[in-house]
Order: sequence, then C-alpha cells, then structure tokens
Amino acid sequence: MQEINSYGNDKTPEITGSSKVPPSEGFREATIWQILETVCDPEVPVLSILDLGIVRNVVLQVSPFGGDVEGAEIIITPTYTGCPAMDMISMNIKLALAEHGYKNVKVTSVLSPAWTTEWMSEAGKEKLKAYGIAPPNVRQQVCNNDLFAPHEAVQCPRCNSYHTNRLSEFGSTACKSLYQCDDCKEPFDYFKCH
Amino acid sequence: MEEFNTSNIKETNEESGSSKVLPSGEDLGGAFLLHLADTTLILSQRNSEWCGHGPVLEQDIALTNISLDLLGQSRNFYQYAAAIINLSTNQPTNPVTEDSLAYLRKEREFKNLLLAEQPNGDWGQTILRQYFFSQYQYLLFEQLQNSSDEQLAAITAKALKEIKYHLRWSSEWVIRLGDGTAESHHRMLHAIDELWRYTGEMFLPADYEKETGINFSFLKDAWMKKVKAIFEQATLSIPENVFMQTGGKTGIHTEHMGYLLAELQYVQRAYPNSEW
Repeated sequence: MQEINSYGNDKTPEITGSSKVPPSEGFREATIWQILETVCDPEVPVLSILDLGIVRNVVLQVSPFGGDVEGAEIIITPTYTGCPAMDMISMNIKLALAEHGYKNVKVTSVLSPAWTTEWMSEAGKEKLKAYGIAPPNVRQQVCNNDLFAPHEAVQCPRCNSYHTNRLSEFGSTACKSLYQCDDCKEPFDYFKCH
Repeated sequence: MEEFNTSNIKETNEESGSSKVLPSGEDLGGAFLLHLADTTLILSQRNSEWCGHGPVLEQDIALTNISLDLLGQSRNFYQYAAAIINLSTNQPTNPVTEDSLAYLRKEREFKNLLLAEQPNGDWGQTILRQYFFSQYQYLLFEQLQNSSDEQLAAITAKALKEIKYHLRWSSEWVIRLGDGTAESHHRMLHAIDELWRYTGEMFLPADYEKETGINFSFLKDAWMKKVKAIFEQATLSIPENVFMQTGGKTGIHTEHMGYLLAELQYVQRAYPNSEW
C-alpha cells in the first residue's frame, strides 16, 4: 500500500503506454490522477472532479510480484451533504478507471475535513467563468451569521461588471446561488463560497 | 490516515458549552443516531411538500435546497446508525441499511422531534418551524462537532456549514414576516400558537441522550436567548406558561405522523425491496 497525497507531478505519462520496464511509482500515481482528471461533475460538466477538489487521496495496491497495480482506492469528499451528484461521481470514477483496465477499484467517501471551495483549482475557476457561472470569490466577504448582511460583491461572468444583485441565496443546485447583473441584465449562477 | 485526523475540530469549545468529551458511537448505541436521522428525514419530507408550491420561485428553490441538505444529513446518520446496529447484533442475518431504517420502521419506532412532523400550514408556519429547528440544530451541532466519536464529529461539522445558511435564511424570514404587514404579523402569531408547545421537547433529554455529554441546560439558555433576540426584531414575543408537548423522542407522535409515513414509505411498502 502506498499513499499519494498530491498530483502536482511534472511527468505526463501516456495512459496507454506499454513498456517492458516496470513503470515507476510516480508513473503509476500520475496515471491514475490523469484518468481522474477526465471524470466530470455531472451538474457542472466543465469541471473535473480534480478541479472541484473532491478527490482527497489515491491509495494503490501494488502486487509484490512485478509491481502491477492490483487495485486502487479513491478517497473522495462530498461537496454538500445531500448532493445527489456524489453517487454518480463514484460510479463514473469506477467506469473511467475500468476503461483503462483498473478493475478492483473502491471509492471511499470521507467527511472530514469538510470540503471547502478553497480546494477548487484556479483552472477550475477559469473554466467555470467561461461556462457562464461566476466562480467562488477567493475569500467570502460575507461569511458570518449576521442577518440582512450586504450581499457579496460578485463579478458578472459575462460582462465583468461588479454591479450585480443577489436574487436568491439558493440556486439551481446546492452549491450555487442566483444573481443578476445590473449592467447587462443577465441572470447568472454564482458558485457560492462554502 | 494522518491527513484526515480531526484533532483541529475536537478542541474544547467553551463557547459551545461542551466541556465534557462525548462518548464514542458504540457507547451511544443506535438510538441517539436514529433520533438525529429521523428528525432530519421527517423535516426534509415536510419541507419537500412545498416543492412546486412556494410563494415565489426563488423561495421554493430555497426551501427545497434546505430539504436536500437535511436529507443528506439524515442519510449520513442512518448509514452510521446502521453500521453500529449491525455491529451490536453480531453478524445479523438481515443487516439493517439506511433504506430499511427509513422505509420499514413503524411510527412508534421513529424518534424524531414532534416539531419536525407538524404540518406545513402556511408559509409563516413553515418558516417558523424551520427557524426553531435550525436555531436548535446549530447550537446542538456546535457541541456535537467536538464529540470524541470521529464520525459523529465529521457529520455534524460538515452539516454546520449548511445549517448556517438555513439559520440565516429562516431568521431573516421570521423578521420579515413578523415585522411586515398586519396580515403577515397575524400569521406569525398563529404560527407561534401552533408550534411553541413542541419546542420544550428539544431540551428534555431522552434516556439515550443522557450519556451523550450534551449540555442541555446550556443549549436551552442559548436557544432562548437567540430566539428572544430574533423575536424582538420581528416585533413578536415569546409566549409564557405554555404546556409543552413531549413524546417524539420516544416514539409517541402527534396524529400527523402516520399520514406522513404513509406517503414517505408507500412505494417501499407496496413494492417491497424495489430499488432505484
């Protein structure tokens, strides 16, 4: 058993590459992470589950003979407690890995530490904006229990104006709230800080 | 695994009033977890009845979002309760699951708060029920997130982030309606009449809560103080000398519960073992 805590690996191995030399540990790790990059959030299909920051760890089971990967445990954390996308994400992880020959895959959900939008990648935020969803602010300006607090200043993903107005703290999915731009008048979703 | 240790959230939080370390899940037994699971499930079911019927689209969505959060919380509690119940029955032939606990228990086996099962009434009544509960749940989970039981601490710490939204949303609505028009104020008075009698139960520990380490007197004082503050802003007042109805925590429910379960459990009862 070995644990991999990050995927910030410079190597970009080819997933289907075959070699007579047993692949290095780094290669095997990076390969799994690269496959996980192809699994998307079913609700926000421009985001991979790595962009979302819900994959916490990958644990490989490596055969003591020949170093083949015998199985993998993917440890994920749910975004919101009731998010119905999580079951689908688990299934899609297994499917994506099965396509590349990993049969013995277990997906484990871990609740602590609780997911936060701070784990969303910068690339993910760019993709969200291009998709028309305002990405979470770096720091939530309004993050307390004060009532009738001024709404967070959210930038319109279409015209970049900050003259926007919150229509509802709750939106089309648990992770979003509903805004409207006062300048271009377009309503848009804001991926709220959590 | 080091990465997932919860030591950072287990420090004793004096503000939450929890100075005692809560016992582990196995000590708790399933009953306390079922109480938490049942209350969140039943309130989720009630709120979801508003789906498609909210006064405006945005608030319809808000309430169904809250409903979904509560359902997610109840699933976490049921899954954990099932694991503990199965463990304590030593290799059961028919292990319980989150589904069997939700769909196949009878009214008397449900341990939810009476508040959660009360009918929706009008928008004001639904709002007030949600506010009373969110205020209580927020303060309770602030204590439970310090539990020595890692899974209970993890579930409640995660839920707290969502409850903050529920609490803010429902508090604002209580103020908006109470301090709104003569009609909305009148409706809130009616809602208080209907619901206040079910709030006392929250602070009376059932047998299975006595060893949990929850500081109930602190919980009650903190809740009353918060409700008073919100009611003041809403130009409402706390009723005095009201008889407090109890029983939900031990399975003695109001007349509404059977109908709610009939709807909730219908498909599973009519088509046993059906799955999604």
